[in-house]
Amino acid sequence: MTPDGAARVHASHELPATPPPAQTVEARAGKIPIATISLCGCWGCTLSILDLDERIIPLLDAVTITRSSLTDIKRISGRCAVGFVEGGVANEENIETLEHFREHCDVLISVGACSIWGGIPSLRNTVGLAACLREAYLDSPTRVPGSPPIIPRHEEIPRLTTTVRPCHEVVHMDYFISGCPPDGDAVFSVLSDLAAGRPVNLPTAITRFD
Amino acid sequence: MGLDADAVLTRHGRDRTRLLDMLWDIQRAWGHLPEDVVAGIAEGLGTTANDIRETASFYHFFHTTPGGRYRIYLADTVVARMRGYDEVRARLEQETGATFGGPPDPTGSFSLLDTPCVGLSDQEPAMLVDSVVFTRLRPGKVADIIAQLRAGATPEEVANPAGLPHDDVAYVDHLVETNVRTKGPVFFRYPTDYRSLIRDCLVLTPEQINERISESGLRGRGGAGFSTGLKWQLCRSARGERKHVICNADEGEPGTFKDRVLLTRSPKQVFAGMVIAAYAIGASNGIVYLRAEYSYLIDYLQRQLDEMRADGLLGPAMMGRKGFDFDIRLQVGGGSYVCGEESALIESCEGHRGTPRLKPPFPAQRGFLGEPTCIDNVESFATIARILEEGPEWFRAMGTADSAGTRLLSVAGDCSRPGIYEVEWGTTLSAVLELVGAQDPMAVQVAGPSGECVSVAADGARQIAFEDLACNGAFTVYGAQRDLLGIVREHLKFFVDESCGICVPCRVGNTELLRGVDRVMAGHAAHADLDEMVRWSQIIRGASRCGLGATSPKPFLSTLQRFPDIYRSRFRTPHGVMLASYDLDEALAGYDAAMRELEEDVS
Ligand SMILES: Cc1cc2nc3c(=O)[nH]c(=O)nc-3n(C[C@H](O)[C@H](O)[C@H](O)COP(=O)(O)O)c2cc1C
Ligand code: SF4
Ligand code: SF4
Repeated sequence: MTPDGAARVHASHELPATPPPAQTVEARAGKIPIATISLCGCWGCTLSILDLDERIIPLLDAVTITRSSLTDIKRISGRCAVGFVEGGVANEENIETLEHFREHCDVLISVGACSIWGGIPSLRNTVGLAACLREAYLDSPTRVPGSPPIIPRHEEIPRLTTTVRPCHEVVHMDYFISGCPPDGDAVFSVLSDLAAGRPVNLPTAITRFD
Repeated sequence: MGLDADAVLTRHGRDRTRLLDMLWDIQRAWGHLPEDVVAGIAEGLGTTANDIRETASFYHFFHTTPGGRYRIYLADTVVARMRGYDEVRARLEQETGATFGGPPDPTGSFSLLDTPCVGLSDQEPAMLVDSVVFTRLRPGKVADIIAQLRAGATPEEVANPAGLPHDDVAYVDHLVETNVRTKGPVFFRYPTDYRSLIRDCLVLTPEQINERISESGLRGRGGAGFSTGLKWQLCRSARGERKHVICNADEGEPGTFKDRVLLTRSPKQVFAGMVIAAYAIGASNGIVYLRAEYSYLIDYLQRQLDEMRADGLLGPAMMGRKGFDFDIRLQVGGGSYVCGEESALIESCEGHRGTPRLKPPFPAQRGFLGEPTCIDNVESFATIARILEEGPEWFRAMGTADSAGTRLLSVAGDCSRPGIYEVEWGTTLSAVLELVGAQDPMAVQVAGPSGECVSVAADGARQIAFEDLACNGAFTVYGAQRDLLGIVREHLKFFVDESCGICVPCRVGNTELLRGVDRVMAGHAAHADLDEMVRWSQIIRGASRCGLGATSPKPFLSTLQRFPDIYRSRFRTPHGVMLASYDLDEALAGYDAAMRELEEDVS
């Protein structure tokens, strides 16, 4: 309950969950736990992970995905070896989630333009937050004619940050995989290096776009 | 006005390389570069108006929009800030009704602009009203100048009420002080008979002259310290129909003013050096590239050149030597520090933006108009005249193993006797400080922002010499009370403003460094931020095209090394995993502020 007595909305990780069967727990033991999260991005980078295609199957013998953007569970239980972060930091919830990932991951990776430098969402930095909100909610051509002018504001809604920042300006990031989104090959290359305990070697051939 | 695009074109022979001269003519006549005149110039030169505007926009002093009737450029320098700059600036805004960097005052009389060092560090604060200079400003003096201008006097009448002729040294002396504190051995000793000096040189073969210069061990005085003899030999042996000698009088390094003083006190010594260079390398064309801030020297220098022509020391078949034709012209810059870099300077002489070229080829191989060009600093040329007067051994006997001769220092800052000093290379930092009457010195900016900020306590015994503390002439003393971090910020800001922008590491990296220092100053930095700044510094220094980028991180690096506490004492301890440099309060303040701003428009 919130101070004013309204029912509190629960975050996904606070919802009751059925523990996985013992078999699954056993099968996961000894694998390298990894997690992915989407902050302020478009999910394109997350989908790039799916672009591993059939390569994901042998990889899953070595790694286990404890949390992924696909389940939208934003908190990690226990430690993770590797965290992939898509998207930049655009609201206070992004800040908290990113801090949580930093606290729980040994290696944290910025994936994609949004995470690395703010990307498309950071275009709003050039016009300022007020102008941006005005355009989105008040002057928007899709606003229902005659509807009251409203900008959503509620304590349960994370406040937008003054500007959109790249992840490495908020917490330390260990690696950067560039692209919008990065190629599935790039994600695969980094993941398999980390899984095999090799130093990460991302050939420029996969991260050069000209 | 009596001047139109066609008249301007005609005056400069419809020669694209004289574009800067044309822009100056237009700017002086109209107060800015009107579109139709620019279009006329473009048509006359067979290019586009955008091409002309692109060039003009590179330089501080050219404006494509009208300003106030008078443009006032107040020099924003570290030394000015020690000498009451803030009060002067505030008073200027108050008296004119204009704001710095903003539009002119409502009556359209004044525009106020910031400008970097104008070469008057020993008499700051200083300002230019258009091309007329005023020094040692105080709030009262500023009020008086503005009142006179408002009452209808021209800047020229205010500065020169006696109406001294501009080609007379008395005029220059009336506007600015030269503050020469030492006499000899190389500079400011006694009047030399340049006629006999040049005659004696012309008796020698060019090879013999080159040998003497090489034997003297002279290294360029502009900063880089390249062997002058070697450069001349390269230029002599370079293939080319026509060759050029250029004197670099851009003197843009904040804190230096020795070239201005040399050109005021000993112009013919400098020009004689150029004539000797022309003979030694086989050049027929000479250019003095004078920074626009020194426009008050133009008429005076023209007269010196005229006198030399009248004496037969310039012009065709000099001293009766058939085939040795050499003359010198002045090229006035447009306001740009990077134009002091030799290849940028050549671009500027050719009427382009001052973007440094890729080297090699070096100017000695392919310089002005693609032809072999020998470019040297004002002081280098003046030194050459004396070397040939006294002989290379005499010169070589002074200084240290790797730095022969003497160096002119432009001394300013916290000392009782600022001005120009000649010291032998090898003189220690402490000895110079004593000589100039340093007041409770803590640090010295040796060689300006592009040089090093050294500690008086730790570096007092170090020698001014290429092999130890290299110095391009600037020597600025900081007393114990000075805010070094604020000075570092000023210097980094200077490089950000002056970068030509063609190399990403220089353009972006210097901005990053400036932001880093701002973070430190705001108490938002931790050790990791400094590490990041050091990494940026390495990238900038290693990956930039010209010396600007190669040196621009030095204000940060040298103070980090010598005065780490100015950074450390402002560190913030990070909480948890969030970086100290992330300003959470600022990040979360914007939303409420935006909502307040939109309050009236929402229900
Ligand atoms: C950004 C920059 C600015 C420079 N400014 C000047 C200057 O104002 N005067 C100067 O003589 N040399 C300046 N130099 C050095 C010149 O490029 C060149 O080395 C010098 O004029 C050569 O003459 P010297 O051999 O007599 O020193 C500058 C270099 C750089 C990189
Ligand atoms: S980098 Fe591109 S693909 Fe990835 S989240 Fe941002 S916009 Fe989407
Ligand atoms: S280092 Fe800086 S000033 Fe020099 S060429 Fe590159 S961008 Fe221009």
